[in-house]
Amino acid sequence: MGPEVLAQVLRDLPSNTDPNLLVGLDTSDDAAVYRLNSELATIQTVDFFTPMVDDPYLFGQIAAANALSDVYAMGGTPLMALNIVCFPSCLPPELLGDILKGGAAKVSEAGAIIAGGHSVQDDEPKYGLAVTGVVHPDKIYSNASAQAGDLLILTKPLGTGIINTGIKADMVEQEMIDKAVKTMATLNKDAAAVMVNVGASACTDITGFGFLGHAAEMAKGSGLSLTVFAEAVPVLPGAKELARMGIIPGGAYQNRKHLGESVFVEEGVTREQVDILFDPQTSGGLLIAVKPEQAHKLLKELHQQGVLESQIVGELKEPEDHLISILRRDYRYERD
Amino acid sequence: MKEINNRGLACPQPVINTKRALEEINQGTVISIVDNETAFENVKRFAENAGFNITTAEKNGAYYLTITKGEGNGPVEVVAPVCETSQVVYLFTSNTLGSGAEDLGETLMISFFNSLLEKNPPRVLMLVNSGVRLAIQQSRVLEQINKLVERGTEVLACGTCLDYYKLKEQLAVGRITNMLEILDNMTGGDRVITL
Repeated sequence: MGPEVLAQVLRDLPSNTDPNLLVGLDTSDDAAVYRLNSELATIQTVDFFTPMVDDPYLFGQIAAANALSDVYAMGGTPLMALNIVCFPSCLPPELLGDILKGGAAKVSEAGAIIAGGHSVQDDEPKYGLAVTGVVHPDKIYSNASAQAGDLLILTKPLGTGIINTGIKADMVEQEMIDKAVKTMATLNKDAAAVMVNVGASACTDITGFGFLGHAAEMAKGSGLSLTVFAEAVPVLPGAKELARMGIIPGGAYQNRKHLGESVFVEEGVTREQVDILFDPQTSGGLLIAVKPEQAHKLLKELHQQGVLESQIVGELKEPEDHLISILRRDYRYERD
Repeated sequence: MKEINNRGLACPQPVINTKRALEEINQGTVISIVDNETAFENVKRFAENAGFNITTAEKNGAYYLTITKGEGNGPVEVVAPVCETSQVVYLFTSNTLGSGAEDLGETLMISFFNSLLEKNPPRVLMLVNSGVRLAIQQSRVLEQINKLVERGTEVLACGTCLDYYKLKEQLAVGRITNMLEILDNMTGGDRVITL
């Protein structure tokens, strides 16, 4: 659902007062965190969706990588997961078998186990997972604890929503599909491990609300404004061309509407660059806020650990007129 | 004049229908009718970026996009936009990126070329020493280099180096050059990036 509708519906729910609920609905964070004792907190998250690729095994992998991502974004370790399945009776059961195998492979890669699940009959297949993870209560990576001056690192290229829309229109070359699928099926495990190792101020993962939607939640939650370096943002090959052709998912426009006037776009930033920043992502990368003196170290280690497309894409600032400013500039840094 | 009813259709179908209708005519007007904001924005982007004249109107809860294809406007193929070449010259001194593990260097080079495709194409790629391997038939970045060439980049491979590695017959893209031309490109006032 779009962020606007969701916010409206959630407003009417009773708020929680349990002091052990460390992260709940209030800051629009990635997952819920509940403190069990002074050493241990449990992370709970759930995510499922309809297939975006034809191959059932790959779809299973992508859905699992996407569901596990919320645990990584909190700085936690996934322990176990439950399958959530919607499946039509008219489709061959082997198809579902392949979806579940793909999911199981990713959960196993994450070092976690699948402990059960639930299925219902439905017109359209849907698959995802409810994931349980753990984290030390003092080492939770919230999306609302960024500091002014922090630089922002994005660990995966954007454009999966646009590419997925292009796939439906049969307008994407196989090479570009492969690249997008590989990006979506990649766990945020290595990126999170580097982040926890080097240290960071705040973290979230980029999913349905798009880069700007999730970045806005980080800035708002931290009481700051944010600058995006448009030229520095990593983008999947083909996404810009598709955006220029108007192959953009409706979610991108919903995300834009939700942020409305709070986004400033500098002259010279192209329309497709902005479209891609609003593009809803499937299993997107981590967005990490980190002190500037640590940013280059973090980026270097991300690259060394194989998170090759990580880039510094923006910075957090004291509150300004606009919550987000998209500037034309690039970001370069000197390698040692 | 041709009217296309895209009411009730979800993205990306309205764009595809509109594109097809415009491809079928040499010149004239196509009215694309859509009933949701996403389809409206997408068809508008398609028409504007393809260089067609477009006017829009809203009535009875539907959007009417009047798109005119005239002589000299509306290149139908807009998938690979022609970009201006930025005045950057790359000098590749190796077929791998950076010094260290060979296989990592190769992976990084592929990643580098994939990224390069996202930027404005450079004016010239100059290949010296084992850098010439980037432009031979077996190169893992040949496809990327070919795409850059399509978009205006010139590829120059060092002849002495091709001779040394006995790769002259296998050069698959670009032309053979000498040190004088390489030097001219380095001192010609463009930004030179050495890898």
